[in-house]
Amino acid sequence: MSDNTAVLEMRKVDKSFGPIDVLHSISLKVKEGEVLCLLGDNGAGKSTLIKTLSGVFQPTRGEMYMDGKPVNFTRPSDAQNAGIATVHQFGGTYPLMSVGRNFFVGQEPTKGYGPFKIYDREKANAIAVEAVQNFGITRITDGDRLVGGLSGGERQSLAIARAVHFGARVLILDEPTAALGVKQAAHVLRIVNEAKRRGLAVIFITHQVMHAMAVGDHFAVLIRGAIAADFRAGEKSREEIADLMAGGESMADLEANIEGYMEAHDGQPPEPAH
Amino acid sequence: MPTSHRTSGKHSALATFARRPETGSLIGFVVVFAFFASLGGPVFIGAPGWSSWLNIAAEVGIIALPVGLLMISGEFDFSVGSVVPASSMTAAMLSGHYDLPAFIGIAGGLGVGLAIGFVNGLLVTRTSIPSLIVTIGVMFAVMGLTLGTAVLIKGSTSVSYVPDPTTKALLGQFINGMFNVAILWWIGFAAVFFYILHISPVGNWILAIGGDRESARNAGIPTAKVTIGLFMASGFCAAFVGVAQVMTYQQAQVAGGQAFIFNSIMCAVIGGVLLNGGAGSIIGILLGTMTFAVVNQGVFFAALDPNVGSIIVGALLLAAVLSNDSFRALAMRVAAKKS
Repeated sequence: MSDNTAVLEMRKVDKSFGPIDVLHSISLKVKEGEVLCLLGDNGAGKSTLIKTLSGVFQPTRGEMYMDGKPVNFTRPSDAQNAGIATVHQFGGTYPLMSVGRNFFVGQEPTKGYGPFKIYDREKANAIAVEAVQNFGITRITDGDRLVGGLSGGERQSLAIARAVHFGARVLILDEPTAALGVKQAAHVLRIVNEAKRRGLAVIFITHQVMHAMAVGDHFAVLIRGAIAADFRAGEKSREEIADLMAGGESMADLEANIEGYMEAHDGQPPEPAH
Repeated sequence: MPTSHRTSGKHSALATFARRPETGSLIGFVVVFAFFASLGGPVFIGAPGWSSWLNIAAEVGIIALPVGLLMISGEFDFSVGSVVPASSMTAAMLSGHYDLPAFIGIAGGLGVGLAIGFVNGLLVTRTSIPSLIVTIGVMFAVMGLTLGTAVLIKGSTSVSYVPDPTTKALLGQFINGMFNVAILWWIGFAAVFFYILHISPVGNWILAIGGDRESARNAGIPTAKVTIGLFMASGFCAAFVGVAQVMTYQQAQVAGGQAFIFNSIMCAVIGGVLLNGGAGSIIGILLGTMTFAVVNQGVFFAALDPNVGSIIVGALLLAAVLSNDSFRALAMRVAAKKS
């Protein structure tokens, strides 16, 4: 699979807002059935990169390719039609709407003709429940349930299942595990692996090295808008990645130290200094 | 695991009923109606009682429907308070002062409502100013414009117009001398809005925009168009009430209409519409409107001090918000039942 041409590729993409350069010469590619992890601290330009990939922003310079052909997304819907789906950290699901309505938001199945279109609730619920169950979320059995009653991980999984159902080929996951507990995060990572198994190209944005290492095939570390390192799974250790991400900043160094300590001491944080 | 699926998949009818968002509003209406029926006696339960509160409900209800829909989508519309007099003034001016045919006056009045709604929608979607501020601004602007134009053209703050019998029968008649024909229009509007919110796919868009505008846009929903459309609907409905008032009372006043602002929002909230958007139903808004109207009129039939009515409306509003919250929490909890 790895000798296929990349599904989505960026070549030397720059993005500036007026005089402020946010992204410098970003080149990356992701293939079918591959997870590309984009690592970076807050403010490294991850959000801008996602928005450029998903058509919210246009690159100031540089090109983007899909299946080797140059593409130019002027609107988010252009990227969506090309098969790029973005699942945001908190967005994408609506707590006070049912599972079925959430699943089909913006692409509701309808019955009837002409202007008198009817939202087909039963069809929507049936398809939604089946799609999320296929992703291993067996707790969802009723399409009329409110999404607000689901856990954070289940909501993320619902959003991912939705994107896959609507024919996404590239899945951009923006910090899907950031707000989740350990168990829920593991749940989402399993879904990511399932998406990968189905041959999707996944771009997984995170600042949690552990989560990235659990699913990633290919890693890119973003620092101040530029790719500081680009390597494949197994080429670097967790400490090295954390150091790269920290980029010499004192707070991040400290965090890396604590993480290193925790790993060496069975996940126990260091004793607070008295 | 499998057993819990069975139980959560099949709810008893009672549990399903309790989970409906309208349940709280229905209970509220029944309690309020029973209370005033017991105090107001046979007159209140008879046709005079029904007509008195239904007439009130119809007027505020026609406006509360689109205002409620806007609230579900996360927006407020305060401008309805000045659209009502502006449109009735326009209709009376065109047909009364300039002696144009009734349909031109009606079209002019409704056009004013649509235009104001369009401006509201445009300002809300093109700027980052909250709709609350935008529509308050527009309300004052329209109020001033109405007054200024009326004084300029007519030299007075009221214009009278005697509609022809057909127009009167359609928009301003009292059936049996009691029931305002507006009640039928209200039912008609309710059917249209029920279709939009609960049957057509657009309803899903409205709910999604209220739940999370950013995600809704990302999901490919034309959020700006929906918002502008909703503001135009509320402008249209407020204008409809304004025009109907001219046909009913044969006079248009520059002032008046301010009461519709808070009353329409109150009807929606009592009916279970969430203040910050994302949830609500047409049945709920109808029940909320009826509850509001019953309190409003019941006070007179029960021979209570009118001030008591205001106290009850106030208390009702608070109780409605509290009960809506708990019903919503209940709905979530049922859904979240751990396996």
